[in-house]
Amino acid sequence: MGDSRDFQDYEELHGRDDTNASPIAPLNRREFLKASGGILVTVALWDEALFGQEAPGRPARPSLPTDFNAFLRIGADGRVACFTGKVELGQGPVTSLAQEIADELDVALDTVDMVMGDTDLCPWDAGTFGSLTTRFFGPPLRAAGAEARRVLLELAAERLGAPVGELVTADGFVCVAAEPSRRVAYAELAKGQRIERHVAGVPIKQPSEFKLMGKPFTRRDARSKVTGQAIYAGDVRLAGMLHAKILRPPVHGARFLEADLSAARAVPGVQVIQDGDLIAVLHPLPDVAEAALAKVTTRFDTPAAAVDTDSIFDHLLKVAPEGRPVAEGGDLVAGSAASAAIVAATYTNDYVAHAPMEPHAAVAHVAGDRVTVWASTQTPFPARTEVSRTLGLPEANVRIRPVFVGGGFGGKTRNGQIVEAARLSRLSGRPVQVAWSRSEEFFYDSFRPAAVVTVRGGVTGEGRLSLWDYRVYFAGERGAAHFYDIPHHRTLAHNPSWTAPSGVHPFATGAWRAPGNNTNSYARECHIQLLAAQAGVDPVEFRLRNLKDPRMIRTLKAAAEKFGWQPANPPSGRGLGVACGVDAGTYVATIAAAAVDTATGRIRVKRVVCAQDMGLLINPAGAVIQMEGCIMMGLGYALTEGLRFAGGDVRDRNFDTYEIPRFSWLPKIETVILDLPDDPAQGGGEPAIIVMGAVVANAVHDVTGTMVYRLPMTPARVLQALKRDGFGMR
Amino acid sequence: MSETIRFRLNGRPVALDVDGGRTLLWVLRTDLGLTGTKYGCGEGHCGACTVLVDGEAVRSCRVAVRDVAEQDVVTIEGLARGAALHPLQEAFMAHDALQCGYCTPGMILTAYAFLKKNPRPTADAIAAALEDNLCRCGAHTRIVEAVQAAAAKMAGGN
Repeated sequence: MGDSRDFQDYEELHGRDDTNASPIAPLNRREFLKASGGILVTVALWDEALFGQEAPGRPARPSLPTDFNAFLRIGADGRVACFTGKVELGQGPVTSLAQEIADELDVALDTVDMVMGDTDLCPWDAGTFGSLTTRFFGPPLRAAGAEARRVLLELAAERLGAPVGELVTADGFVCVAAEPSRRVAYAELAKGQRIERHVAGVPIKQPSEFKLMGKPFTRRDARSKVTGQAIYAGDVRLAGMLHAKILRPPVHGARFLEADLSAARAVPGVQVIQDGDLIAVLHPLPDVAEAALAKVTTRFDTPAAAVDTDSIFDHLLKVAPEGRPVAEGGDLVAGSAASAAIVAATYTNDYVAHAPMEPHAAVAHVAGDRVTVWASTQTPFPARTEVSRTLGLPEANVRIRPVFVGGGFGGKTRNGQIVEAARLSRLSGRPVQVAWSRSEEFFYDSFRPAAVVTVRGGVTGEGRLSLWDYRVYFAGERGAAHFYDIPHHRTLAHNPSWTAPSGVHPFATGAWRAPGNNTNSYARECHIQLLAAQAGVDPVEFRLRNLKDPRMIRTLKAAAEKFGWQPANPPSGRGLGVACGVDAGTYVATIAAAAVDTATGRIRVKRVVCAQDMGLLINPAGAVIQMEGCIMMGLGYALTEGLRFAGGDVRDRNFDTYEIPRFSWLPKIETVILDLPDDPAQGGGEPAIIVMGAVVANAVHDVTGTMVYRLPMTPARVLQALKRDGFGMR
Repeated sequence: MSETIRFRLNGRPVALDVDGGRTLLWVLRTDLGLTGTKYGCGEGHCGACTVLVDGEAVRSCRVAVRDVAEQDVVTIEGLARGAALHPLQEAFMAHDALQCGYCTPGMILTAYAFLKKNPRPTADAIAAALEDNLCRCGAHTRIVEAVQAAAAKMAGGN
């Protein structure tokens, strides 16, 4: 049934259906919703009568509303609209959130339409990042569903003349348990209206009552994505829309001097806009706009490069602020004295790009004092604020509307393209699309920062950790605190965030899938490997001997069991690596098998087993897919992904030189999720990626006896490390 | 310079007055409104813009529209027969062989052309055929499974 409606939405967003409600209609039209199989596309606009207190015009609230009507509406046709400020980036909330609301309400899953990230319709949300959706949006969403179901029961009791205690709910109906033909549909009770009655303290369902939660479901948006009907920001077509291509500096930090725009202006149909720092060429066809922009000649004052790909780490240590304690205990001097052996090492990683397959894109339409934006963004509500400030309009006049997002990974929390589109729409008087090229996507990325970690670790003669002196520079403090049982330890974060004051990085840095934790887990778990080797203890046994946290112990045991782990002291020559970590409340233990071609330095990861302790699962299929995705994506920063640059000159601008994982890299992936339905749900979109650098480095160490102290472990760096350690000379 | 280019698009004849040097990608996405064909890198590295030209998987960002004159072009919008999806599309759905979905049209069309020549491929052969199609979400395992499942269905069913 979703087909024809999907197609209507598709036609409508392509601006071909001129007789129907235009997506750019003025803002006081009656709003109605069009259902589709996955995301609900809203085709007209706000109806204050229906949404009452949730209407725009009030300031954005920093917390979720308590009124369940803000999360759901039951239409007269029986379909349930579920409102969330979260967006669908590929990570699967279009399915898992629908499972949660449907289960609490007792309606069929396919009657739920997700309305995601529409700033006029959805409850305020800070953004889709940090693996927060299931952990922190799920519970209030479920509470809203539970309360709504209870209110519907009361309304039905009055309608059916039977006490609530004799009624049951199923598939969108309330019926008398003993006489199922006496029933009333939710649709008839709610009729698409906001429900004014409220009941406090309604409990959410226990796992034993689940009908949908905890069961695997395939993606609800898949049909639209395999048919090409799914609309991403760059696919939005509005009547009269222009595509803008923007003049960019050659390097970060360059100062604009002058531009000759005459040749671009001479291209028929081209509009050239110059507004301060913004010079853009606009045309109804994006490729014509791009060709016209190429005719612009410019002069920039380009600063000399102060740092580059290899000198960055010395620079970072030089400009680092004082360390801030993240965790500490005991006494480092006593720890040194108690250690039979002390191992010190420095770990580094290069800048890493987000590189989603979809570059940033946005369409903005400024009509009078109203603005509508369709954009690839992880942060629609902050984007609304940015547009409002840029154009000097109240936030209530700005609406960010939902589209599918082609991957984010933290990179689409920054909305530069939205601001550009909004400015250019106002200046041109037309709807404007700004869709970054791949080169622009690399240039303006907010990279995972290059970072340094120094560790001094000690171990006793009995193979117990006795000292941990850990400093992380510029990666961020997430994941910096260790979880081992170490009597004398101190963890310092020199710059606790993944962003830094100007003068540190030559370009923007930001959150990259499990920010901070990829670097911290790499350094920590590689160092644990070295200490296990020093102690002459098997790396699984060494960890278990030095862990007290029962969650980590059971997670590591689960991974070892699935892998079929046979103890051996490292380096065992087998090429097996172990790494553990904690992120977003989830415990991860991963074991990998890898081979190293010692002639070329190439690493081939053959098998990865990953276990997670992540509490209640809403969609187990989705959780497994996120683990697989993390493992595959994590191989990139482990093996090849390191941005080449000289000062503000970003040298990698496309996938020919910036190599992301490919099919030929695919290891055999096996996942284990501990069955813990009574524990709170934890994060799922990020945790499994954090251990990928360490688990591969440890496998390389296990087979060669050589630790690679810098990510990515490119063939050249592997060869260099082997040579350093005299590999093959023995 | 503007010229009239004729070709078949998803089974229907098309005649366009366009600058024949423009890329097929942007003509499809803008002039013809078929946005299922995605821009990913613009230089032929990622495969998101893959379409079929006379049955061959081709990167539409690297092809001038005049070069498809008199040829048969199929985009992701043209793969289903009415409401009946192609077995590859069904298999991608059944195997959760996608996350963000942006690389999906190119994956499916690359796999389509490959299966025409290799109807019963091994998993390794599928991976090799898709080597130059990039997926950032890491759906690789499931994409290989989906293509293998579709191949089995196509060989058995049709």
